[in-house]
Amino acid sequence: MRLRLRRSSWVPAVLALAGAAWVMAGAPQAGTAGDRRPKDLSPGEIQADPPPFSEGIFPCSQCHEGPGDPTRRELGVHEDIQQAFDHDSQNRWCLDCHDNENRDVLRLASGAHVPFTESYRLCGQCHGDKYRDWRAGIHGKRVGEWDGQRTYLLCVHCHNPHSPAFKPVKPEPRPLRPDEMKR
Amino acid sequence: MKRELPVVNERGAAAPCPAPEMDAARRGRSAASRRLFLRSAIGGVAAASLTACRVEELLGRNYRELSKDELGAIIARLEKKHTERYGKQVRIGNEPPQPGVDFGYGLDLSRCIGCRRCVYACVKENNQSRSHPQIHWIKVLEMDKQHGVNLTHANAYYEADEVPRPGHFYMPVQCHQCRHPPCTKVCPVGATWKEPDGIVVIDYDWCIGCRCCMSACPYGARRFNWAEPSLPADEMNPDMHYLGNRPRPKGVVEKCTFCIQRVRNGRYPACVEICPVGARKFGNLLDPTSEIRQVMETKRVFVFKEELGTEPQFYYFYAT
Repeated sequence: MRLRLRRSSWVPAVLALAGAAWVMAGAPQAGTAGDRRPKDLSPGEIQADPPPFSEGIFPCSQCHEGPGDPTRRELGVHEDIQQAFDHDSQNRWCLDCHDNENRDVLRLASGAHVPFTESYRLCGQCHGDKYRDWRAGIHGKRVGEWDGQRTYLLCVHCHNPHSPAFKPVKPEPRPLRPDEMKR
Repeated sequence: MKRELPVVNERGAAAPCPAPEMDAARRGRSAASRRLFLRSAIGGVAAASLTACRVEELLGRNYRELSKDELGAIIARLEKKHTERYGKQVRIGNEPPQPGVDFGYGLDLSRCIGCRRCVYACVKENNQSRSHPQIHWIKVLEMDKQHGVNLTHANAYYEADEVPRPGHFYMPVQCHQCRHPPCTKVCPVGATWKEPDGIVVIDYDWCIGCRCCMSACPYGARRFNWAEPSLPADEMNPDMHYLGNRPRPKGVVEKCTFCIQRVRNGRYPACVEICPVGARKFGNLLDPTSEIRQVMETKRVFVFKEELGTEPQFYYFYAT
């Protein structure tokens, strides 16, 4: 299932984060939609495919073998992400969300591992009110059928996890004024 | 004055009997001209029925009075006509309202960024006239944050390189599908009415273009085809509903139907699916688990121009 969805402007590296989820869900064919659903959603809800990673970036363990240095510092790689990073960047860095031991999963504050397909659990740690609204269908977007099967988008479909605020967009053309229409 | 019943003349056609106080000369002239008129009128009808013009088109009936077979024949004829005209297979549905469904629409004013994506998705989905006349069922109003929802500080013609503009918020307005719709009350011919699932519809073949409904609508949600609508064949959406997005003739009124051709088949309206910030919510107000009910029960909700008592089924809310 592939959705053509409008996304806000993205940094390619961010696609990487969510794309990991796609690879994880798609490649091993292990997790069905049922496994990935948040528990309190109805059976009609289907998770959209996460946006794809930048090519060749996943699995992260291709480059990251074993735990690295856990102290915060400027890295010589992932410059684009570091530059765009604007998500409580005063207090956080990579390893607050990415797991040091296993870079192919995310990490909750409790230390529990979360696959990229369930990244909303990570977001929900701080944004509990949005998480609650999202599960009820108030925050975020669903497409498909209002009374049947609908596809819900993940947080990362609309928000760049490294820089989540919406970027301004160019509006579509204004309507014609009545006097601009031909008689 | 006493009126006399018409008498049947020797040809079997009813001719009104003139009042006795009329003078004889005048009576003779008027009777002759009337007979002449009737003769030519009957002749005209006969000629029309002999040519391509069909009797049922000439003596058409209101959608709500048509039998299933009559409507089926009309739809088949329209499908053929539009398929030939636009060069693609057209389907005109006639799905009825579902029992136990009352549609509700929610729009999150704290999210809308005024990008107008909904306006153009609607135009595309609903086969609106592209230009001259340009018809948009959705109008996005830019308002000042310092004034709040205030129509004297609203601008539908804003232009910007980037939205949202600082100090402004955006309020899209479309048909509110009122529970007490003033527009249907004023229609002199009954060409517009409210369906049991809440959608206010128009029979384009019955509308006489008087535009009373437009002046009655407090939301400015109705649009008029001042000229022959311009709909490029390659952009035409062939998936239609009789009361929704089928091509309209010149001289009729149209408006948002919550995408009747989609929602009567269980789908979300086009504007809900296009919105890049997820500000638009849609569902069945009678289903306690629907998104729109969640909005109604947990958010700050208001209706536009509540004081008019129109009771819209279109709700604005603030999720934050």
